[in-house]
Amino acid sequence: MSEAQWLPLVWALIVGLAVAFYVVLDGFDLGIGILFPFFRGEAERDLMMDSIAPYWDGNETWLVLGGGTLWVAFPLAYSIILPALYLPLIMMLLALIFRGVAFEFRAVAKPRHRIWDASFAAGSTVAAFFQGAVLGGLLQEIRVENGAFAGGAFDWLTPFSLMCGCALVTGYALLGATWLIMKTEGELADKARRAALPLLFGMLGFIALVSLWTPLQIERIARRWFSMPDFLLLLPLPLASAFAAWLCWHGLRRAKPALPFIAVIALFLLAYAGLVISNVPYLVPPSVTIWQAASAPETQIFMLVGTAILLPIILGYTAFVFWLFRGKVGAGAGYH
Amino acid sequence: MDTFAGFDATFLARLQFAFTISFHIIFPAFTIGLSAWIATLEILWIRTGRAHYLSLSRLWTKIFAVSFGMGVVSGVVLSYEIGTNWGRFSRVVGNVISPLMGYEVLTAFFLEATFLGVLLFGRNRVPRWMHAMSAVIVALGTATSAFWILAGNSWMQTPAGFEMRDGIAFPVSWLEIIFNPSFPYRFAHMLIACYLTTSLVVLAAGARYLLQGRFPREATTMTHMGLGMLAILAPLQILVGDLHGLNSARHQPAKVAAIEAHWDGSKPAPLILFAWPDMQAETNRAELGIPGLGSLIVTHDSAGLFPGLLDFKREDRPPVAPVFFAFRVMVGIGLAMLAIGLAGAVLWWRKTLPTTRWYLRPVQHAWPLGFIALLAGWIVTEVGRQPWVAYGILRTSEATSPVAAATVGVSLLLFVAVYCAVFSTGIWYIARLIRKGPPADIKTRDAHGVPNRPLTGATLAEDGEAS
Repeated sequence: MSEAQWLPLVWALIVGLAVAFYVVLDGFDLGIGILFPFFRGEAERDLMMDSIAPYWDGNETWLVLGGGTLWVAFPLAYSIILPALYLPLIMMLLALIFRGVAFEFRAVAKPRHRIWDASFAAGSTVAAFFQGAVLGGLLQEIRVENGAFAGGAFDWLTPFSLMCGCALVTGYALLGATWLIMKTEGELADKARRAALPLLFGMLGFIALVSLWTPLQIERIARRWFSMPDFLLLLPLPLASAFAAWLCWHGLRRAKPALPFIAVIALFLLAYAGLVISNVPYLVPPSVTIWQAASAPETQIFMLVGTAILLPIILGYTAFVFWLFRGKVGAGAGYH
Repeated sequence: MDTFAGFDATFLARLQFAFTISFHIIFPAFTIGLSAWIATLEILWIRTGRAHYLSLSRLWTKIFAVSFGMGVVSGVVLSYEIGTNWGRFSRVVGNVISPLMGYEVLTAFFLEATFLGVLLFGRNRVPRWMHAMSAVIVALGTATSAFWILAGNSWMQTPAGFEMRDGIAFPVSWLEIIFNPSFPYRFAHMLIACYLTTSLVVLAAGARYLLQGRFPREATTMTHMGLGMLAILAPLQILVGDLHGLNSARHQPAKVAAIEAHWDGSKPAPLILFAWPDMQAETNRAELGIPGLGSLIVTHDSAGLFPGLLDFKREDRPPVAPVFFAFRVMVGIGLAMLAIGLAGAVLWWRKTLPTTRWYLRPVQHAWPLGFIALLAGWIVTEVGRQPWVAYGILRTSEATSPVAAATVGVSLLLFVAVYCAVFSTGIWYIARLIRKGPPADIKTRDAHGVPNRPLTGATLAEDGEAS
């Protein structure tokens, strides 16, 4: 295989990994914000914030890495997707501002911090919704002519993309709830556990909906999943998803601390894998493949060298910080 | 033509980027300097055990947390705006410039963001030295981030190490791309600007405490350290600025001609103190200048010649007035900083600084000067690069995304509304933190305190000590 063939593959993997890391890591942060309106006490809100405050910034950096590596490795795709999804992306960025500043603003504004509670909750929810809409807009196919976006400002706005927005809000809320189960205890954890169950069924419903909707709407995807022998080869994916869902349900019923969270991550990754399988080898379905979108091999190699060295280091110190702040938040005396 | 409120999409995209990046740059510039100052305080606290270093570190870490948050969220916007608004740019020069951003994320953003968590919330969870080291790592991270972003910006000003094939730039030498001709000067100039800006804020806050007779120990450290930085960096900045100017004269002569509002390249240039540059009539109105001094500054020879604006085709000239005026604002503030630094140093040496009210009174209000100079400098360099987005390769008008003017216009209005509301509140919170001052009762205690108060950085910094 020549380098122009394998490099885009490697890079597709890295970009995909960055997006997956982002979805899982910032997913639970955003989920906390989405759940905020249902947890009204100041003390429990403080705890919820505390449980993610040391991480959110690092977590959001994966979004920058995802966008950044997309530009580095696939500039053509970057220059098509971003203009095509202009409005939902801008809405997401604006919402992330309200979410991000709330962490410190809320603390320095006390006791008049209600407005930043609202900013945190609304920012998280809106950001999650538009991330889903961006995903939906990408999946439902972007109009491309002569290597550039050729559609209108509201092309992305369809029932499907709106449904994807709701799906991601539900999924992130579930991630956030299971994170709270793991990181807190007592009444707060119980409350999160009670919230998680309907959210789990909600998320499963949305996964089923996307799994039916995309093949019905797009023939290319139907062929991928429902032709022999691919059907049999891909069968483990829905089965594994069902197993992950059962694990989560089981963990919730038996009040296991970490199992629900881990199971939801698995569920997210499996759903993500399903979407990737539906669309491989397209980066901008159905017109631009990863090879067509690739940057110069020199560019990809230059960045690959750095990534190969730096990404393991990043993962190392990220793990260190997660380990440093391990355990339940607010356990022991002296919180107030 | 496709317009929104009378403006075309390219102009709106420029306005949007200029607005969002100008708001953004305030925060990283401040946090680059602040992180270095906090790291210094943390190390001094470990080495001397003197409590006021700790109380100062707590106060400024709180301020750092607030402004770093604003820097992060406004920075994420930029990384996506390059694609949403500048699709053609990201395609044409993406091969060359995007890895510089990629390396910025990998070497700096993760480092800052992750160790910021330790700096803000880890004081009770890690040994003292590790907490101080986190402060150092954050400081290094912010400076590294400046390295890459200025490499990228400098490449847009003085592209090197690439070749064009079918209208797309391809990398030839990464060393030449990163260390392109204007990069060393721009990087040094910007980094010093960041440290100067922060030093002036620290000095101004210290001056205010001295005038009010509050926190005498903290105020003395703040004024002395702020002044020390100012007295050294302000003259150094003027030297670096001059070298940067010579570099621009060599590589971007049209920008320098606009800076000096110099039209006729066949004559030596005066240093124009005031004028109204008229691009239509190709001349200056109401010009007031010192003969020969312009040439002396640009060529280091009072009879030296350098290209005037008339030497460039009309369509290749940058807008003269903003470059001309912004440059004068920047230099004027630079000279004011020099004066503040030198006068303060003399008072310090005479040991009359804490009581010299004629000095402290104006200096307490000098804190915005660095930010204004910084923005003015960026207007000079960015507007001076026009009409190119990547100098000589790609015109700004050909770099945009295929997005309607109304879309760009509406999102611009949203950005203006959100930034003004959110970030001015943040700046107000910072002012309030400074007004409140360092935490009052700092008790020296062992590094392994009670680990149960991981609130946000700000509250922890405020009351973690008392627990």
